[in-house]
Amino acid sequence: MTAATLTTGWFLENAWLIPIIPAIGFVLIIALGKRLPAKGSEIGIASIGASLVLAIGATYQWIDRVSSAGGGEYAGPISGVFGFARSIFPSASEAGTETYVEPVIKSWTWWQSGGLEFGFGQHIDGLAIMLLLLVTFISLLVQIFSTEYVSGDRRYTHFFAALTLFSAGMLVMVLAENMIQLILGWEIMGLCSFMLIGHWWEEQANSRAALKAFFTVRVGDVGLLVGTAIIFFGANQWAVDNGSNGFSIQAISGWALSGEASDSVLLWGGVALFIAAIGKSGQFPLHTWLPDAMAGPTPVSSLLHSSTMVVAGVFLVARLYPVFFIGFDIGSTNINLIAVIGGITVIAAAALAFVQSDIKKVLAYSTVSQLGYMMLGLGVGAWLPAVFHIFTHAFFKCCLFLAAGSISHSGSHHSFDMKKDMGGLWRKMPITAGTWMISTAALCGIPFFSGFFSKDEIIDNAHNNGYNLFYYVGLIGAAMTAAYMTRATYLTFFGTPRGAAAGEHHDDAHDDAHGAAHAAGHDTHDDHGHDTNDAHGHDAHGHDAHGHDDHGAHGPHESPWRITAPLVILAVLAIGSGYLNAPAVGTHYFTDWVEPVGAAVVTDEYSSDGYGGDDHSESAALGFAAPMAEEGYSEGCGYTTPEAGTICYAPKLNHAKFTWGKAAPSILLVAFGILASAWMCMGVFGGRRNPFAGLTSKFAPARWGHTFLVNKYYLDHLYERVIVRAVAHPIAAAAYWVNQNILDGVVNGVGRSGRRTGEWVYRNVDQRVVDGAVNASGLVASESGHAAQSIQSGRVNQYGALLFGAATVGAIVLILVNI
Amino acid sequence: MYAVNFLLLGAVMFGLGVFGVLARRNAVAVLMSIELILNAVNVNLIAFALMNNSAEGHVFALYVIAVAAAEVGVGLAMVLMIYRNRRSIALDELSTMRG
Repeated sequence: MTAATLTTGWFLENAWLIPIIPAIGFVLIIALGKRLPAKGSEIGIASIGASLVLAIGATYQWIDRVSSAGGGEYAGPISGVFGFARSIFPSASEAGTETYVEPVIKSWTWWQSGGLEFGFGQHIDGLAIMLLLLVTFISLLVQIFSTEYVSGDRRYTHFFAALTLFSAGMLVMVLAENMIQLILGWEIMGLCSFMLIGHWWEEQANSRAALKAFFTVRVGDVGLLVGTAIIFFGANQWAVDNGSNGFSIQAISGWALSGEASDSVLLWGGVALFIAAIGKSGQFPLHTWLPDAMAGPTPVSSLLHSSTMVVAGVFLVARLYPVFFIGFDIGSTNINLIAVIGGITVIAAAALAFVQSDIKKVLAYSTVSQLGYMMLGLGVGAWLPAVFHIFTHAFFKCCLFLAAGSISHSGSHHSFDMKKDMGGLWRKMPITAGTWMISTAALCGIPFFSGFFSKDEIIDNAHNNGYNLFYYVGLIGAAMTAAYMTRATYLTFFGTPRGAAAGEHHDDAHDDAHGAAHAAGHDTHDDHGHDTNDAHGHDAHGHDAHGHDDHGAHGPHESPWRITAPLVILAVLAIGSGYLNAPAVGTHYFTDWVEPVGAAVVTDEYSSDGYGGDDHSESAALGFAAPMAEEGYSEGCGYTTPEAGTICYAPKLNHAKFTWGKAAPSILLVAFGILASAWMCMGVFGGRRNPFAGLTSKFAPARWGHTFLVNKYYLDHLYERVIVRAVAHPIAAAAYWVNQNILDGVVNGVGRSGRRTGEWVYRNVDQRVVDGAVNASGLVASESGHAAQSIQSGRVNQYGALLFGAATVGAIVLILVNI
Repeated sequence: MYAVNFLLLGAVMFGLGVFGVLARRNAVAVLMSIELILNAVNVNLIAFALMNNSAEGHVFALYVIAVAAAEVGVGLAMVLMIYRNRRSIALDELSTMRG
C-alpha cells in the first residue's frame, strides 16, 4: 500500500514538557508561594496555562499527523485550529483511518539496575493527546474557580501546590512511555488525592476520609505492581527481540497481540492490573472511598474525584487494551471480568445515588456509576465510546461539581444538604442553575447533549458486539441516571426554599430537619460531610475578609465571575464536546483522531528508542472497510496471529452503526426515568397528596430496601467491622503475644548472654590474646630496630652505596638465574 | 653500527654516574651524577628500541626525560633550602637523620 510520511512537529516532539511545567510550578509554589501577591495561585494558573498551550499545539499537530497518514491529501498544516476546515470535507478523513498511526515515542534512561533500563519518556498517541488536553484544560478552569472558592483559606498556598502537583502527576501518567513512569504518575496522584481530601484535616471526618481513600486505593495498587511484574516477565523477551524492553507500553501492546504471549500470563497480568483500576476508578467492591472523598473541597472533588484522577483506572485499561483484549478474550462474546465489574458498578452506584441527601454524594455515586459505564464499554470491546465517554463525562461532571460548589458558596451557606438547605434556587442563581441543567441533560443522555453521543454508543456497541446482558444493564443504568439526577435537580433548584436557601442561618439546626422517613441510619452517613463543610465555611473561607458578610441578610445570590465563567465554559462543552463524534449528525473526528487503528505494521524499521517524527515508518494498510459500518471481525489484529514481519499494536474493533431506531429504547427509558422521578419528587418532597408520600414508612419492603441503600450495601461495615477486624484483630493479638513472649524473651536472652560473652571475652581474649599480641609485636619491632640502627648513618652517600650494592646483588642474581 | 657500542656507552655513563653518587660530597654534583645514570638508561632504551625496531623505547626515553626534569627540580629546590639553612651543601655533614 502507500507509504505515508507521518508529519510531526515541535509540540509533538516535546510533549514531555507538558508535565514538567506544572512540576516546576509546584516547587516554585512551595518555595515562594507565600511571599507572592496572590499566594502562589498565579504560579499554578500560569504553569497549567502554559501546559494547556503546549497541549493545544500537540493536539493540532497530532490531528495533522493522523491526516498525513491518509496518503498525503493534507500535505500542509490544516488551516484553522482543531482542523475545523476538515469538517467541510469529511470524506477525506476516512482514508486516514486505515493505517496505524505511529505514536510519537521518546525515551531517555532514567535509571539502571541489574541490566534493566528504566526509561522516562513520552508515548503520544490519540488517547494521550486527548487526556493531555482534557487534564490541562479542566485543571486550569478548576484553579480559576478555586481562587474564589478557597480564597482566604489558611492553607491556600498548599492547596494550589497540591492541585498543581496533581496535574503534573496525571500528565506524567498520561504520556507515560513505560509502566514504571505510569506507576510514578499514578502514585503522585494518589498522594495528591490524599492531601487534598484531607485539606481541612482538623476535622476528624476529613482526615478519616483521606486515609480511607488512600488505603482503599492502595489495596488496588498492589495489583498494579503485581500486574506490571507479571506482564514484564511475560513480555520482556519478545520486547528485547524487538528492540525495547518489557516495561514499554508499546512493546507490551505488540507482545500481547503477537500471538506469542501465553494466555495465562495475559489473563493473570490483566486481572492484577484490573484490580488496580478497580481501586483507582472506584469500581464496585472498592468504590466506597470515592463518596467519602467528597469531604475535600469542592474544586478537588470536581477535578480529582470526578473528571480526571478517577479515570486513571479506565485509562490504564484503555492504554494496555491489547493485554485485556487478549487476556479476557473481549473479541468473543463471553462474559468477562471487566464488563461484569463495570455492569455491577453502573447499577449499584446508581441505586445508592437515590438515597443521598448530600448533593456532592449524589454526584459522587453518579461518577462511580459513569465510571462503571466506561469499564463496561471497555469490557464489551467498545474502546472508542468508552474513551469518548471519559472526554464528555469530564466536562459535564466537572461542571456539575463546580455548580454544587457555587451553590454552597453563594446559595446555601456552605451546606451541601439538598433537603435542608436548598430548593427553589433557580430564581436566585440563574447561571448556576442553567449550567447545572445543561450538564444534567448531558449526564442523563438526552439527545443532542454530549452524554448521549458517548453513553448511548457504549450501550449500542454492547448490543452490537453480542453482549446482550450488558446492553440491558446499560439501558437500566441510563434510566436510573436520569431518575436520580432529576431528583437532585428538583431538590436543589425547584420546590420551596428551605434552610439557608430561604435565607436562614442554621448553625445549630443539624438534628431537627431530617424527615421522619430518613430517621434510620441517616445521621451516620451524611452528617459528617455536612458538618465539615459547614464548620469550615465560616472560618476557612474567611468570608468576612472579602466582603460577603451580608451573606445571611441577603440570602442566596449568584456567584462572582471567577466561579460562573468556568461553569459557563464547561456547560458549553457539555453540549459541544459530543459533536466531535456524533454519529447522529455524521461526525466521527474523535474516532479518526483518537482510536489506534488495528492494522499490522511492518517491522523493518521498528526500533523503540530513537525514532521520532523524521522516521519514515512504512505502514502496511491491510485492506478492510473503514469503520462506521456494522462489522464483525474474525481475523486481523487481535484475532489471528499477525503475519511474520508485522506487529499489531491495537486490536481491530467493531463500531456499531448508529440509527435512531436503536437509540430509541434508551431515549424512551431516559424520558420515562425523568418523568417518573419528577412525579415522585413532587409527591414526596413537594408535599402534594401522592401515593408515594411516606412510602418507606408505610411499606416494609421499601423501608428495608431504603435502609439497605442508606447503609451502602453494608460494604463499609463489611470492610471495617468484618474484614479489618477479622484480619487485623487476630493479627494484632497474635503479634502482641509474640511480641511479649517470644520477641521480648529473645531480646532479653540475647542481652544476658551477650553480657556474659562480653565479660568472658574481656578476660580471656582481650586481656591475654590481643594485648599479648600487641605487646609482643612492639617488643619485636623495638629489638629489630635496634639491630638495624647501625645502618642508618644519615649519610646520603652511604645510602647510595647500599642502594647500588643491593641493585648489583639483584642483577647478579637475575643473571645467574637466567643462565 | 652495532648496538653493543651504544650499550658500552651506556655502561660507561652508568659507571661514572654511580661513582659520582657514591664519591662526591657536593650535592649538586650528586644530582648531576644521577642525571648521568638516567641518561645512561635512556641510551640503553634507545639502543634496544632501534634493535627491536619498536617505538616503545623512544616513548619511554621521553618519559624518563620528563621524570628526570621533575626530579632535578625537586632536588635543586631541596639543595637550595639546605644551603639557606646551613650555608653548606656538603653531604657528609648532613647526618641529622641518623637513627
